[in-house]
Amino acid sequence: MDATIEKVSIIVSKGSLEGIYPALIMANGARAEGIEASLFFTFFGLDAINRKRHEHIKVATVGNPGLHLATLAGGLPGMPGVMTHYLERKMDKLDIPPIPEFIEMIADTGAGLYGCQASCDLFGLTKDDLIEQVKDIITVGEFYALAAGGQIIFT
Amino acid sequence: MPTATYDGHDVAVNDEGFLTEPGQWTEDMAPQIAKSAGIEELTPRHWQVIRFMRAEYQAKGTGPTVRVLGKTSGVPIKELYQLFPKGPAKTAAKIAGIPKPRGCI
Repeated sequence: MDATIEKVSIIVSKGSLEGIYPALIMANGARAEGIEASLFFTFFGLDAINRKRHEHIKVATVGNPGLHLATLAGGLPGMPGVMTHYLERKMDKLDIPPIPEFIEMIADTGAGLYGCQASCDLFGLTKDDLIEQVKDIITVGEFYALAAGGQIIFT
Repeated sequence: MPTATYDGHDVAVNDEGFLTEPGQWTEDMAPQIAKSAGIEELTPRHWQVIRFMRAEYQAKGTGPTVRVLGKTSGVPIKELYQLFPKGPAKTAAKIAGIPKPRGCI
């Protein structure tokens, strides 16, 4: 094990607010420490870089023990919107940027953003459906090649 | 406590090379600290960031994190990373002789 980390490649596989933020904080934090970083969006993680969906990411309110919210309550119509709005207001007070702004900021730091080829095929997405900061849509093999020599973080 | 010598003066530094006593810093030390951090030359743009970090530390007791730096220093994030490739808040803080800012954004 080396004393310092030189490069991290972070996989974003979830499409919920609480599933996406940790990856973004890891990527931004890595860049702030001078560590090279890439983000690889797969499955529902693609929502974070999908032009039509990236402004509408919600908190998962059902089956989410971390929320401490009864399942039946979490399943009520409108609950995801309410909980998301509540969390977003709290994050705004801490100057944590909303997902689209955060991802744009992370791209500005020089981190690479990539979409997963297999997931894009599955959801019928092309590069035009993704935000302009996405460098490319790559396969898992290509991901392993660009991650080589560094740490891989799965979220 | 390790020390380093900049501009002919010995200053106390921590394991990462940050000055432990910001009061010991002078502007003349900055170019040498920058060289040790891998930045060969300080342009006026570099200085804008360095002076901003120092002013923030003096006003608020801590330097700003990257996001705040990008929003309030007048230098955008993209340019900050071009000026300081190994992390702008961390590197500029070291060159400005202030502690490393603590924060996650």
